[in-house]
Amino acid sequence: MNIVVCIKQVPDTTEVRIDPKTNTLIREGVASIINPFDLYAIEEGVRLKEKFGGKVTVISMGPKQVENALREAISLGADEAVLMSDRAFAGSDTLATSLALSEGIRKTGFDVIICGKQAIDGDTAQVGPGIAAHLDIPQITYVKKIESINDGKILAERMVEEGYEVVESTLPVLITVVKEINEPRLPSLKGKMKAKKTEIKIITSEDLGIDKTKIGLDGSPTWVMKIFTPPKKEGGKIFEGSTEEVVAKLVSELQDNLI
Amino acid sequence: MGIEIEIEKCVGCGACIKACPYNAISMRDKIAYIDEEKCTLCGACVESCKFDAIIMRVHHEDAVRDLTAYKNVWVVAEQKKGEIQSVSYELLGAGRKLADDRNSKLGAVLIGKEIHKQAEKLIKRGADKVYVAEHKDLEYFNDESYSRILANLIRKEKPEIVLTGATAIGRALIPRVAVQIKTGLTADCTSLAVDPDSGLLLQTRPAFGGNIMATILCRDYRPQMATVRHKVMKEIEPDPSRKGDIITVKPTETDLKSRTRVLKLVEEIESTLNIAEADIIVSGGRGLKGPENFHLIEELAKAFGGAVGASRAAVDAGWIPYSHQVGQTGKTVCPKMYIACGISGAIQHKVGMQSSDCIIAINKDPNAPIFEIATYGVVGDVVEVLPKLTDAVKKILKK
Ligand SMILES: Cc1cc2nc3c(=O)[nH]c(=O)nc-3n(C[C@H](O)[C@H](O)[C@H](O)COP(=O)(O)OP(=O)(O)OC[C@H]3O[C@@H](n4cnc5c(N)ncnc54)[C@H](O)[C@@H]3O)c2cc1C
Ligand SMILES: Cc1cc2nc3c(=O)[nH]c(=O)nc-3n(C[C@H](O)[C@H](O)[C@H](O)COP(=O)(O)OP(=O)(O)OC[C@H]3O[C@@H](n4cnc5c(N)ncnc54)[C@H](O)[C@@H]3O)c2cc1C
Repeated sequence: MNIVVCIKQVPDTTEVRIDPKTNTLIREGVASIINPFDLYAIEEGVRLKEKFGGKVTVISMGPKQVENALREAISLGADEAVLMSDRAFAGSDTLATSLALSEGIRKTGFDVIICGKQAIDGDTAQVGPGIAAHLDIPQITYVKKIESINDGKILAERMVEEGYEVVESTLPVLITVVKEINEPRLPSLKGKMKAKKTEIKIITSEDLGIDKTKIGLDGSPTWVMKIFTPPKKEGGKIFEGSTEEVVAKLVSELQDNLI
Repeated sequence: MGIEIEIEKCVGCGACIKACPYNAISMRDKIAYIDEEKCTLCGACVESCKFDAIIMRVHHEDAVRDLTAYKNVWVVAEQKKGEIQSVSYELLGAGRKLADDRNSKLGAVLIGKEIHKQAEKLIKRGADKVYVAEHKDLEYFNDESYSRILANLIRKEKPEIVLTGATAIGRALIPRVAVQIKTGLTADCTSLAVDPDSGLLLQTRPAFGGNIMATILCRDYRPQMATVRHKVMKEIEPDPSRKGDIITVKPTETDLKSRTRVLKLVEEIESTLNIAEADIIVSGGRGLKGPENFHLIEELAKAFGGAVGASRAAVDAGWIPYSHQVGQTGKTVCPKMYIACGISGAIQHKVGMQSSDCIIAINKDPNAPIFEIATYGVVGDVVEVLPKLTDAVKKILKK
């Protein structure tokens, strides 16, 4: 089975802090990590390989430094790594990103493509369905369990607001995974050794023979006009004192204003 | 390369450094310098420069030539088991305003099985026109058939703006539509407005786990498409006298083809109330000290007729199931009232609840960060405050 896992390198947003004086993001020293949801995607890919045989290819589009993320993915059990790196890809929104990735994936071949539910920086969750649409293959989003794969069909549980759906699809398929799907393993020593040795294949837009007007800035309909820190919610009234007092004060406010 | 600093214009003020989410800009000899390795060409710095010193060159080869051919605002209604979901009414509320601002009409698209009877509801809530696509194979939401029907309809009718709920269904469906039409799609918007000068849709959304907000434009392609976060936009009250047109759309054989099939739906909401839908949520955190105190949360929630939420610390400790978790890795909620009990207010919790209308925090530490966003803060011990508060609420609501 040809399994392709898409991973994105992102700034660790849990370390991002707001500078209270300037009300701007403090990004100094914020580490680059593999998008947390993509760790579950890698793990699921490796589990599928262990069960059905085949190979796991991790693919990422981004600057050269993303090589580190790909090596980490190898240490976690992936077999091959492809880095799509080219200034021509920069500025891609989700339409252009998913087009470029779909062309990269076409080159590697695929039965199952696995993406994370969403990236913690862009936060759009649009790249997975976008890739599926460009490749014209079916998709199952928010997968929390793969029940079975056989006879060219996959059965998976898809999270929805009120619980989950059991969805059947033909292969090839693209799935996006949530963190309930598995417990990612830690890198093995053997994996770490392999990560050092594995050659990371670098692909440019030329290699893909992709129309340059369809990628990067020129291929992106959306435009980030501005970025700002969310307006601070005004702190309100604080009540201190004995339990009786604070409850009485709160209740009177609630009565006046809310209930 | 697409971005350049015009050295003559740059005064070295550093405004762009703050605007860059990727830390790609620094000062070299008092002139802004962009590190190509880090820059993602997202464009956020361009607007931040008061001196027009940052130039971004974009050429959209296949831009829509005649933007005026696209008119009207559309919302994609969401139905489950034949019932229209409340997010659709919120979209109509937001869409109505945009349509009025653009002097255009508000349309809605409804897809399902024997669903036309529901179309009137959309008209009463603000739609001027409802497109109804019905077929027995369209009973359950399906990424492939639904997206094909929508894409074909959009190509034919050319709406200027298309809004969809940022729900499990909407976020799976609409990126496929955007790819088929080749237009821009902004994710998970919390604010939408028409720019009075350009007439463009200003689409504002949180990113970076809620740490920043971004305003996104789609200048050269149509329609301008966005998904909209549930519980942020306000519904309009139904007006029984409103009239509108219902238009039947006949799905073709090809439209209906799909390689996926929903075999069953398993509902598993533990409490009677889904926290994503509740108007009042009482949430408990580590400050409750143990599972034996969690009933205090449940009792206050019951007194209010609200739902029970929790911080990740409470969920991880096994005091309450994951489906109640609020925050970055749990649910985003926006109730009228959110009561945080013994919750410190970590950023990952705040991003899931900070847009609630009224936030009440009960915490024994007066410096807890949750107080920074609280409308009302009570400094005290939750184990003592909660029973008294519950009694008081019961008394008031009985009257
Ligand atoms: C503040 C801000 C707001 C933005 N808002 C929008 C917007 O509303 N609409 C829009 O179209 N673009 C937007 N963009 C651009 C968007 O972030 C980029 O296109 C980004 O490359 C992909 O989107 P994402 O991070 O949301 O990924 P998601 O769609 O959330 O990622 C889902 C999954 O897709 C895979 N994946 C994503 N990117 C890559 C990659 N580069 N390589 C390999 N796998 C990948 C991963 O498996 C990931 O888990 C925004 C950018 C910024 C900086
Ligand atoms: C990637 C990532 C994702 C995360 N996602 C989420 C998420 O979705 N949701 C979430 O909630 N967290 C999330 N977290 C965890 C988050 O960072 C915090 O650890 C968590 O929210 C803390 O929960 P808490 O406020 O209940 O506990 P604490 O931070 O321990 O706070 C307990 C509070 O109770 C107060 N207290 C103690 N005793 C009493 C008393 N007797 N009376 C009154 N007050 C008392 C204390 O003063 C303190 O403020 C995430 C973290 C990471 C790294």
